[in-house]
Amino acid sequence: MPDEAIISVSNLSKVYPSGFQALDNINLTIKRGEIFALLGPNGAGKTTLISILCGLVNPGPGELKVDGLDVVKDYRAVRRKIGLVPQEISISMFETVWATVNLTRGLYGKKPDNVYLEKLLRSLSLWDKKDNKLMTLSGGMKRRVLIAKALSHQPQVLFLDEPTAGVDVELRRDMWQMIRGLKNDGVTIILTTHYIEEAEDMADRVGVINKGRIVLVEEKAELMKKLGRRELVLELPAPLPALPAAVQIDGLVLSADGKKLTYTYDTRSDYGEIGRVIRTLYDHGIEFRDLQTSQSTLEDIFVSLVSGNDANAVESKGGAQ
Amino acid sequence: MNFQAIKAIYRYEINRTLRTWKQSIASPVISTSLYFIVFGSAIGSRMMDIDGVSYAAFIVPGLILLTILVESINNAAFGIYMPRFTGTIYEILAAPISAFEIVIAYVGAAATKSVVLGLIILLTARGFVDFSIVYPFWMLAFLVLISVTFCLFGFVLGVWADGFERLQIVPMMVVMPLTFLGGSFYSINMLPGIWQTVALFNPVVYLVNGFRWSFYGVSDVNAALSLSMIFLFMLICLSVIWWIFKTGYKIKV
Repeated sequence: MPDEAIISVSNLSKVYPSGFQALDNINLTIKRGEIFALLGPNGAGKTTLISILCGLVNPGPGELKVDGLDVVKDYRAVRRKIGLVPQEISISMFETVWATVNLTRGLYGKKPDNVYLEKLLRSLSLWDKKDNKLMTLSGGMKRRVLIAKALSHQPQVLFLDEPTAGVDVELRRDMWQMIRGLKNDGVTIILTTHYIEEAEDMADRVGVINKGRIVLVEEKAELMKKLGRRELVLELPAPLPALPAAVQIDGLVLSADGKKLTYTYDTRSDYGEIGRVIRTLYDHGIEFRDLQTSQSTLEDIFVSLVSGNDANAVESKGGAQ
Repeated sequence: MNFQAIKAIYRYEINRTLRTWKQSIASPVISTSLYFIVFGSAIGSRMMDIDGVSYAAFIVPGLILLTILVESINNAAFGIYMPRFTGTIYEILAAPISAFEIVIAYVGAAATKSVVLGLIILLTARGFVDFSIVYPFWMLAFLVLISVTFCLFGFVLGVWADGFERLQIVPMMVVMPLTFLGGSFYSINMLPGIWQTVALFNPVVYLVNGFRWSFYGVSDVNAALSLSMIFLFMLICLSVIWWIFKTGYKIKV
C-alpha cells in the first residue's frame, strides 16, 4: 500500500514560551515508504515539526499520528518506529562508536544484536572505527555515527534533519546512496535540507514550509512540471536594434545589446510553441547561430515560493496532502 | 517497562564511572583516608571517647557520609547534566522511555556507585581505625537510602544547573558545610544549649546520627526519626522530579 499514510499531522500549531509561533495550523501527510523533503528557510519551523514528532518538543494544539498511533498517548509504540538524525552533531565524545550505537539500540528497547550492528556499521564504513572514541573521528564520520545510531533500532520512519550539512561531496553522495537503499528496504524518510539538489535528486515529494505554515506539498516531478520554467536562448549572428512589430511574442525578449533573444515559457505549455517562435523568427529574416535551453531547478522554485511570488497560487493547488 | 533502556543507561553510566575510576573512586577514597589518618589515628588518639565510642571510631560514619553525600550529588547531577550540556539528551527524550524509567536508570547507576564507594571507604577505614557495626542490616539500609535520596537531589541539581559552577556550588557550599556542622566530628550534645536546638534544623544531623546509630547503637536523635527524615527528603526530591518531567522544566519546551 504505497499511498498509505504513515504520518498524519492535523491542525498542529506550536507557540514557544517566548511567544514565537513556530508552527501555524500545519496539515501534512507523509506516505509510507516515500522520501519526503521538507524545505524551508531558517526558522521556518522544519526542526520544530520534526522535534514534536520525535518527542523532543511538546506539541501544541492539533493531532499527530504515526502509523495510526497518537504521538503523545502512544508515545512508546510511536517512538519505537522512529529514528532521528539531528541537525547538530550531538554525541558523547569520550564513548566509542560501538558503545554509543549499542546505547541507542538499548534505549529503544531492543536487545543487543551484534550481527545487525556490524552490518550497519560496515554499510556506513564505520566498522574499522568501532573501537575508536568519537572525539577522534572526523566531522563526516561523526555524522555517519549519528545515522548509525538512528538506524540502530531498525526504525520504520527516519527523520534526517540537515543530514549532509558540512559534509564533503563524496560523503554526501554516499549518504544519498544509503538513503535510497533505506527507501528500497521500505523505510519512510523525511528529510530537511538546505541543499535543494539533495531534495531534487532524491525526494518523491516535496513540502515547503515558511513562517510556520505549509506553503506547498507536491510530487517532485509534478512540482517541477507545474512550476518549472524553461528558457530558450538564441544567440544572434549580428545585433538586432529592435524586435520587429510582427515578432512581438509573449515571453520573447531581446537583450539590451541586441545579441540575444530569450524566450521564457512554462513547462506546462505545448512544446510546439518553441517551433512556432523559431518559424516566426525565420519568416521575418531573423536567424540565429546557436541556441541553449534550460529548466528552472527546485531551488528556483523554492526561492520563488518562500519569497511569496507563487505561494498563494500554489497553496490553493497543492494544499497539504 | 522498557527494561532494555534502563539497562542501557545504567550500563552506560557505570562504564563512565569505571572509565574515570581514578577520579570517581580512587580520589574520594584517598581523601577520606586522609581524614581517618589525621583525625582518627593522629589527633583521635588524644581525644576522649564520646558516648563510650573512641573518637577515631566515632567519626567513621560521619566521614563516610561526608563523601557519600557529595559524591551522590555529583554523580547524579553530572549524569543528567552532561547529556544536556552536550545535546545528547535528544536521544533520551526521543526514546520510548518514561520519566520514571529515566530516573531509575540515572539515579540507580549513581546510587550504585555511591554505595560501592561507601563500602570501599568502610573497608579502608578498618585499616586505620578499630570499629564494629552493631546493626549491619540497618547500616546497609541507611547507606542505600541516603545514597538514593541524595542521588535524587543530584538529579534535580543536574536539571536545574545552567553551568558547571552551579553543579559545584550546592555540594561544596551547602552540603559539605552542613555535614561538617551536622555532627560528623562531634556529638551535638557537646554544643552549648541554644546551638543544640539550632543543630536540629540541620537535616544532615539526622542522617549522620541515624547512620552512626547503626554502627554503635548510640545517637543524638532517635533512629526512627532519622529514618523518617530521610524518607521525607526523598519524597520532596521525588515530587520535584515529578514536577520537572510534568512541566518539562529545562528539558523540554
